[in-house]
Amino acid sequence: MNTTRLRLWLATPSFRALLALVFVAAIGCVFNADGAFFHWSTHRDMLRQVSVYGILACGMTLVIISGGIDLSVGSVVGLCAVLFARQTLRQGEAAPAALGLVLAAGTAIGLASGTLVARFRIQPFVATLAMMVFARGLAKWVSAGQKISQAIQHPDGSFTYVDLPPIFQRLDHRILWGNLSVVTLIFLGCVLLCWLVLSKLRCGRYLYATGGNEEAARFSGVPIAGTKLLAYGLSGLFGAVGGICQAVQEQQGDPEAGSTYELTAIAIAVIGGNNLMGGRGGIGLTLLGALTIGYLEKILSINAVGESSRLMLTGAIIVSAVLLQRRRAG
Amino acid sequence: MPARLLALRRIGKLFGTNRVLDGVSLDLNEGEVHILAGENGAGKTTLIKILAGIHTDYEGEVEIRGEPARFASPHEANRAGISVIHQELSLIDSMSVMDNIHLGREPALGGLWLDRRGQADQALALCRRLDLDFSAGDLARPVEQFPLSVKNLVEIAKALAFDARILVMDEPTSALNRTEVDRLFTLIGALKRRGCGIIYITHKMEEIYRVADRITVLRDGRWVGTAPAGECPESRLIQWMIGRDLSPHCRPASRAAAGAGNAALEVRGFRVPHPIPGRPPAVSDFSVSLRPGDVVGVAGLQGSGGTELFRGLFGAYGAVCGGSVMIDGKSFRPESPARSIMRGLSYLTADRKGSGLVPAMSVEHNMTLASLCRASPGGVLRPRRERASAARQAAALNIRLASLDQAAGTLSGGNQQKVVLAKWLETQPRILLLEEPTRGVDIGAKSEIYSLMRQWTSAGMAILLISNELPELLLLSDRILALHRGAVTGEFSRGEATPERILAAAMGSPEGTGEARA
Repeated sequence: MNTTRLRLWLATPSFRALLALVFVAAIGCVFNADGAFFHWSTHRDMLRQVSVYGILACGMTLVIISGGIDLSVGSVVGLCAVLFARQTLRQGEAAPAALGLVLAAGTAIGLASGTLVARFRIQPFVATLAMMVFARGLAKWVSAGQKISQAIQHPDGSFTYVDLPPIFQRLDHRILWGNLSVVTLIFLGCVLLCWLVLSKLRCGRYLYATGGNEEAARFSGVPIAGTKLLAYGLSGLFGAVGGICQAVQEQQGDPEAGSTYELTAIAIAVIGGNNLMGGRGGIGLTLLGALTIGYLEKILSINAVGESSRLMLTGAIIVSAVLLQRRRAG
Repeated sequence: MPARLLALRRIGKLFGTNRVLDGVSLDLNEGEVHILAGENGAGKTTLIKILAGIHTDYEGEVEIRGEPARFASPHEANRAGISVIHQELSLIDSMSVMDNIHLGREPALGGLWLDRRGQADQALALCRRLDLDFSAGDLARPVEQFPLSVKNLVEIAKALAFDARILVMDEPTSALNRTEVDRLFTLIGALKRRGCGIIYITHKMEEIYRVADRITVLRDGRWVGTAPAGECPESRLIQWMIGRDLSPHCRPASRAAAGAGNAALEVRGFRVPHPIPGRPPAVSDFSVSLRPGDVVGVAGLQGSGGTELFRGLFGAYGAVCGGSVMIDGKSFRPESPARSIMRGLSYLTADRKGSGLVPAMSVEHNMTLASLCRASPGGVLRPRRERASAARQAAALNIRLASLDQAAGTLSGGNQQKVVLAKWLETQPRILLLEEPTRGVDIGAKSEIYSLMRQWTSAGMAILLISNELPELLLLSDRILALHRGAVTGEFSRGEATPERILAAAMGSPEGTGEARA
């Protein structure tokens, strides 16, 4: 590789996202909590913990590339978590039917946001903010405001317990001799799906064109409304996947689940170097962003940093990582 | 000997590893219009941005009235008496005319409290100097409510709001009609008499010789020459700019080859409603018949309905237009751009930044965007096929680029225009609607676009052309229709068309209408 090409590569967003990740990993190597950072189990747990956020960030990336934003995904996680718990723990529905229903519900929420944005031309921020509030309400209505767990409370105050259906165990365990969580695998599957959409399919090109210059895309015959519906629909679908993962990990459906997850998902996309203006970015960047955020949280927790300091440090490090990327951009 | 206002010495500039300016020198005297000419990508805009304090990292020296200066921001350049009217307007659309004029240097009492009345008075006085008949109410309206030509004048008013001695105008007339251009030139004369120096960038030959005192030419980032306007005839100027002679372009006077077969495009009584209900239609009655290989020009002044006509035909407004349209003898109802493209009708808009290019996308992806349905059967992209067609178009249109993967927005104006043209050619159109195909394009690229058009028409494509530049329209068209307030007011064959007659018809004068409809 000659120097010009090297220099060009050094200026790419991927390299800059990698730099941010290495920066955070370096912090981990220094503050390694007596070597805990060097154990595989630390990394495995980090991957498990970041997976739900990462799944949401996949959908967020598609929406951001199309020039929008989706604030509703956190609420979709809550709705889908309680819906999944209700269908499996209360109704005793078979796993495939429950999964199908929940995925459909998440997609429907996404399509509704998409319709508000594409058809009624409401600004994405406003439309999905409304959807965020609405879906949270729906979650509370479905669950009657209670957590749905194995314990069923009867009117006389006594409890009975139902068995956890096998689907919970199947989704929340580790494969490859305990080295990889299934939820992490699901996250990687979502990344793969997004990569296929964005770089192999026509509709992915349309996402970039719509976010890059909507008017020019429209004049070029790009179906703008369909493209936006696709982005928000997939974001809703990924929200549902995240909600199911959340439910199996908590072994219950909490109507408050997923609050503020949308913000973490946006942070992941942005720290990876996706531009909120739309039209540029990629799923690889989001994967790097997820790892960066994941390591950050993990390093702070293995060093037993208190919550107050952890939040402040997270904020500061997000800003420094983004600034670091910009400096490189020259 | 007039005093020297500005001297640029041996200016150099690198973008990454790419050298865009190399040892360029330029000076400017009081009361002088100094034309800066050169093809797109020659480095004119970069030089101006250094002077404006936008690029702060450069080689060489800037002197203002003999004092060395180095601007760290546009604000500092402003304070030194430099005002730049950029090619892309720098107005804030949602703010009022008055606030735009004063932006960044609002007259304020005690530095804090905005002096609204002082602002209004100043702004009114300025507009009067510019012959802009704005009322106080107009000044309070947001800029976005005015047409591009008025915005352009507001931009100039903004530059004059403080006493700039050094004015830089980067293609100020690209969106102005004839009367507005005259008005601008009167103003330039007045500014010269007051001792201002003006650096003026333009691609229009006619303008160069109307206003120039001296001319400096850049080519590929280097200084080629400076000469008083009187000693620099057109032929020499062109040679300086492109480093070779330009062969004249003219279309064959008669083309017997064009058979009597089906018309490629047949439009009868086309109507486009005004976007606001209750207003008279934007296009009230337009008819034309294009055979394969025809170029029909549409001449119209600003607001004549040309843009609306093209957008309506292309289906950009949806299925709201009236009248009948036939493509190749089959009836066609404009509904959406996607449908029109499928039927072989493509439309190059005048607004390259707004509706032509997707700047963040690569050159290749821009070129294939409009033909992606055909290039990706089953919805799956075929990278090799895309690469091949992009490479073919880049070669055919002689686009200068580092790589097909570079972002289209990083190209120079002329090359951007060629990328958009390539996009439309990839759709294999039978009929091409061209609106200002050479706006913001340098002379070299312009002549290339002209010969490309000739190539396309001889292959049977029909072209409907709008251009603000009458010489261009006269050069390229087989027939010219004059459009006035949304209706055709004159039709001229190649032999009948003279600038005077076309202009008269386009302005709706009875003389023009007398010639109408042969």
